[in-house]
Amino acid sequence: MSQTLWQFHGGLKLPGHKALSNREPSIPAAIPERLFLPLQQHIGIASRPTVKIGEKVLKGQLIASAEGYVSVPVHASTSGTVIDIGDYPVAHPSDVDARCIVIEPDGDDVWVERRVPAQCDLLGPKAVNDMIRDAGIVGLGGAGFPSHVKVNEGVENVVDTLIINGAECEPYITCDDRLIRERADEVIAGASLISRTVQAKRCIVAVEDDMRDAYAALEKVLIGDIELAKVPAIYPAGGEKQLIFTLTGKEVPCGRLPIHIGIVMHNVATAAAVYRVVHYGEPLVSRYVTVTGSVVSPRNMQVLLGTPVGDLVDQCGRPDGPPKKVIMGGPMMGIPVQDERVPVIKTTNCILVTDALERGPQMPCIRCGDCVDVCPVNLLPQQLYWYARAQDFDTAQDLHLFDCIDCGCCAQVCPSNIPLVQYFFFAKSEIAAEEEARGSADRARGAYESRTARLAKDEAERARHLQQGDIGESRAKNDRGQKKAYIQAAIERTKAKRATAREREGSPKDNATVGPDRKSTPESNE
Amino acid sequence: MTSSMPGFAPDSEPHSVSSIMRQVLYALVPGIALYVWFFGFGIVINCLLATSVALVSEGIMLRLRKRPVTPFLTDGSAVVTAVLLALAMPPYAPWWVTSIAAIFAIVIAKHLYGGLGYNPFNPAMAGYALVLISFPAEMTTWPLPHMLSEMRPGFIDSAMIIFADQPTGALKLDALTGATPLAHVKSELGNMRMVSEAVGAPIFGMLGGKGWEWLSLGYLLGGVWLLYKKIIKWQIPVSMLAGLFIMAVVFYLSDPEIYLSPVFHLFSGATMLGAFFIATDPVTAATTPLGRIIFGAGIGILTYVIRAWAAYPDGLAFAVLLMNAAAPTIDHYTQPRILGEGRQ
Repeated sequence: MSQTLWQFHGGLKLPGHKALSNREPSIPAAIPERLFLPLQQHIGIASRPTVKIGEKVLKGQLIASAEGYVSVPVHASTSGTVIDIGDYPVAHPSDVDARCIVIEPDGDDVWVERRVPAQCDLLGPKAVNDMIRDAGIVGLGGAGFPSHVKVNEGVENVVDTLIINGAECEPYITCDDRLIRERADEVIAGASLISRTVQAKRCIVAVEDDMRDAYAALEKVLIGDIELAKVPAIYPAGGEKQLIFTLTGKEVPCGRLPIHIGIVMHNVATAAAVYRVVHYGEPLVSRYVTVTGSVVSPRNMQVLLGTPVGDLVDQCGRPDGPPKKVIMGGPMMGIPVQDERVPVIKTTNCILVTDALERGPQMPCIRCGDCVDVCPVNLLPQQLYWYARAQDFDTAQDLHLFDCIDCGCCAQVCPSNIPLVQYFFFAKSEIAAEEEARGSADRARGAYESRTARLAKDEAERARHLQQGDIGESRAKNDRGQKKAYIQAAIERTKAKRATAREREGSPKDNATVGPDRKSTPESNE
Repeated sequence: MTSSMPGFAPDSEPHSVSSIMRQVLYALVPGIALYVWFFGFGIVINCLLATSVALVSEGIMLRLRKRPVTPFLTDGSAVVTAVLLALAMPPYAPWWVTSIAAIFAIVIAKHLYGGLGYNPFNPAMAGYALVLISFPAEMTTWPLPHMLSEMRPGFIDSAMIIFADQPTGALKLDALTGATPLAHVKSELGNMRMVSEAVGAPIFGMLGGKGWEWLSLGYLLGGVWLLYKKIIKWQIPVSMLAGLFIMAVVFYLSDPEIYLSPVFHLFSGATMLGAFFIATDPVTAATTPLGRIIFGAGIGILTYVIRAWAAYPDGLAFAVLLMNAAAPTIDHYTQPRILGEGRQ
């Protein structure tokens, strides 16, 4: 199939290291001694426990319910007993604990009663959407945005193209590759189901051009007018805005969402999960995870959510010699895991065991501009760095700080070994904290007046924005309004991420651990 | 750092600050070799002298500023500054002039602004400009190529000239030195002569001055290698040479008896050294892709303006410093359109 493809700016051709883990079929990982299920495995509001300590639960049973629209429930990944609801280590850039439900499995892995609708092929959009939400499905590509919100947007708006994203672009990660090869029929059926639900005019399933077997597997089970596409393996080809541009030549306007240009995108694993819930009544309790790097036998595993990463490393053969770094995610965007009890969650695509990622000492930026050449958003990372470091956050925002997708290309090519993404993360967190502080000051001042009224209005406004995904919905044609709303939305996302951190620390700021560690840099006394 | 995002160790050796600086020095080798061939060993001594002074200054400043000495002393940036400074200066400039320039470059132009990465002005050009203004006599004594002076001072002779202000034995300093081609034309034009008369002097070669034209070719070769190795980007050298060339074409066509030929401009003075090695200093240049083009073109145009109508025969150093001052503004107004910007 010949297709016109567009080439996004920048990006990197990286050594893939895919063959390390994608040759063996996936196997189910063993049921661990303890499952740690964080209440927040998605972007949005953390869910609320519906079980008590000591309660027996079955596999697939609801254990925490969604809190609000941008939230999803959590289900028990196997049968057993709830032994604690408390704070445990999770993968987080700031290395903090978060609230988890701990289950001691009974080893029987008994399912709760699964309800399958009688005519699951004829379900209306509302019914499908409810099922997706109740199954706790979120974007499994790594973002973790609640899938029902995106599907709902698609239902409420005209959808030109539905893209099912199998362009697994980060090195080492092959979980989508294996999932497609082993469950191509589920991916295609899920794609078809979502396509029908959002009434998409076109549906494209995209993989990278180096995923030949996955492409062939999809080709075999292709149904209807679903199209297949191969995109060049240039990191980050699988980034949402990058893939949309590659396939359609359309750019998602800054501060807006794909739906505004009539596009909905879901990950291949998400599509398969949607199929599983509609046809088998299975909520999201497990996922494909690549365990790779220097483990003895790298491979993909079907892992129960909540399984500690250390168990997976053991099952794939812990490497000899001194302990190596364990990274959740890939080498470009992953988070180092400090405690091997950290659990696999809905967004965990890879466990990378390695010690080959060390960079040399950090030097000052010499403004060489290599980062500009590789930025897939066409940002000026060196300028962003300059202003983030100077804590001139206004200028950093003028330079589109919040359009950065954290892909890490800039840091990858930096001759001065500057961890640029970390500085950007620091700046975003600081801005979020500032906004938060400003918000509470406003509230205090308004306490005498229309406090309740305004809060309610704010909340409604926010909910409406999020619900419709229309961040600039005020129809404010002027840029400032749109930009502000967009930043607000980005801040909301950051806030949500930080919520877990704050909860435990009890301090309003956790930036001390978030910010780049200045003591270890040669420019420390600046 | 404990909570760092992982970096990804690529299979190929990545650039580092020190590897960039090292390759810049390698790229200067053809130019320096030709310099020695045509003008004797003065340049080597000057390079060594400037480097020693620069490294000592760098070490002292790092110590005073309580910075780690080893990583910064070995990053190569002070050596590159010193060598570029030495290449810009007359090779028989007295030792104290070179030393003052090197000290000014490192202490004032670099470290007082915050050290590597923070200096707004090209340190080598700042040092050069200081001594050019302060010691005009010493800074305008240039050697003749060996074919014209019939002498090629050796290492000892060169050292004697630099450190004791006189060559040994039978050598006479006056016999070794003369005007550079650009300076010669400027003074001849000042004497109401025509360009065609001026370029009839024996110091002129095929493209530029005898000897100097070969140096320019040497720098060009090194510059092309830097482009090939992706150490520098094409925008600044290309736009600078284009800016100078177009200015020269326009005025040459308007009156070839008053204005030198475009080719002569390209292969004379510091044009090639400036285009590939000086204007491309990333720290002090504009940093956006379009900004680099404006920055380079500005240097080319200003160089021409100073050469054609100002008091100095070559104006590259001043052109670079002026554009350094403009770089932040250029960057501000040349931000690229990001993905999705301006789309509805």
